[in-house]
Amino acid sequence: MTDNALRELYQEVILDHSRHPRHYGSLDHASHKAEGYNPLCGDKVTVYLKLDADGRVSDIKFEGKGCAISQASASMMTDMLKGRTAEEAEKLMQGFLHLVKGEDASDLPEDDRERLEVMGGISEFPMRVKCATLAWHTYRNAVEEGAT
Amino acid sequence: MNAPLFNQVGKIVASFDAEKARADFEILSRTVYGKPLVYLDSGASAQKPRVVLDTMRDFAQSEYANVHRGVHFLSAAATDRYEAARRTVQKFLNAAREDEIIFTKGGTEAINLVSYSYLAPTIQPGDEIVLSVMEHHSNIVPWHFLRERAGAVLKWVDVRDDGSLDIEALDAAITAKTKLVAVTHMSNVLGTVTPLKEIIARAHAKGVPVLADGCQSAVHDIVDVQALDVDFYAVTGHKLYGPTGIGALYAKRAHLKAMRPFNGGGEMIREVMKDRITYADAPARFEAGTPPIIETVGLATALDYLSSFDRAAVAAHEHDLLAYAREQVRQFNWLRVIGDAPGKGAILSFEADGMHAHDLATILDREGVAVRAGHHCAQVLMERFNVTSTSRASFALYNTRADVDALVAGLSKARGILS
Repeated sequence: MTDNALRELYQEVILDHSRHPRHYGSLDHASHKAEGYNPLCGDKVTVYLKLDADGRVSDIKFEGKGCAISQASASMMTDMLKGRTAEEAEKLMQGFLHLVKGEDASDLPEDDRERLEVMGGISEFPMRVKCATLAWHTYRNAVEEGAT
Repeated sequence: MNAPLFNQVGKIVASFDAEKARADFEILSRTVYGKPLVYLDSGASAQKPRVVLDTMRDFAQSEYANVHRGVHFLSAAATDRYEAARRTVQKFLNAAREDEIIFTKGGTEAINLVSYSYLAPTIQPGDEIVLSVMEHHSNIVPWHFLRERAGAVLKWVDVRDDGSLDIEALDAAITAKTKLVAVTHMSNVLGTVTPLKEIIARAHAKGVPVLADGCQSAVHDIVDVQALDVDFYAVTGHKLYGPTGIGALYAKRAHLKAMRPFNGGGEMIREVMKDRITYADAPARFEAGTPPIIETVGLATALDYLSSFDRAAVAAHEHDLLAYAREQVRQFNWLRVIGDAPGKGAILSFEADGMHAHDLATILDREGVAVRAGHHCAQVLMERFNVTSTSRASFALYNTRADVDALVAGLSKARGILS
């Protein structure tokens, strides 16, 4: 059972994202940017955004160092946020936060939920939830306070 | 004279039985996730033997009242126990006088007390504080306060690649402007034991006092503050098999006389009038308010417990564990040990290729193995070794070679899952 929880946490999709993060790097002419920091482990992530006038995420990148969970989460986040409206992005984030805490995430559109479900294993590891949410909180900081 | 015990690796000492001592710690017989607990995080906080917990409970149930206040029976009994605890700490550190022992809530408060009461009143812009890059944040941040608020200059002494302290570099950092050398006695990350006696001799030759952070060292080695001639020595109870919330500062009498109070309140005064105030002498001057009385009694019990063993034999046992673990992890070519200073204490920090410390610690945890993962409140040191975090196994008297074997098996498993 223990091993199952670990296998679920460190399943191939997650390890793949952490080893080969998508949208990794900085973004020239980012409209928004924020740095996130997890004081527990010293992990850092920077999220760069290009938001359209109406708030749509037209481009997104991240860079940073961290554990497999935080890197995979950041990578998946950039994959999923690109092209979303502000409203869709907020909904996705709320759904994600519910999911990793083991709470009801039925608000998420079905295909989003299916994609994010690989992160659901984290709910069995409460000490690691912050690793998974670091990039998302940083994204939100970038939107709210990170206009460049 | 307390010759360092850290040179006795491999020496056969039959007078310490770790299995027997292990039975004193009830928590070590529990399981986590169905696996026997393998506790390798005593460097963060040590477990408490039954005698400490029992004594605290018995004291609270039979002799407890506030100290230094009442004339009634229990107040006298509690005061006796509290002051007896001070003498226990005095003896443990071999201080010359009991009033050189100030109870604090831990090592952090002990160092902050020196910063606020000893250095802050006299520090001038441009005055220097010398510290090593391997200090714990508790021996960095109080000095940053003086940098920010009073213009003090922090002068950092590097460590060599093996984690050892370069005494010549430290000596060179001490100038006519140096007001204090603040240095650890044993690094909480690298395990490095600093040449404290030599550091103090060099600093004193230039008229500079030395504060030593003894939070890691006091549990592993006999500390003799008089032989060291150290000016300030900070210890914390919970790393000494005692309770949390209690620690102590040893300070030379002459320094204490010159130090202004830190916290103001009950018990630290001589006389309070509307327009003037006089303060009690040390130690009361620095112990405002009701202290953690039960915890203080617990600390004394923990020190008695530790002192009941042949300390040299305990040190040899811990060094055997470290040497064994160091040897075992050599088989992993993907693992890099950080800190290999000669004579180091029983702490093994490492980083693993392609495996973040937190992922590693999560997998070890599910095997029942508790290690610390992170920056260990030592970010300056992390920067020195170009890492953001490490995993750390720290050994105590109750650990055995079987614990090391569990760690090694867990590392293999983590490698299997993460790579």
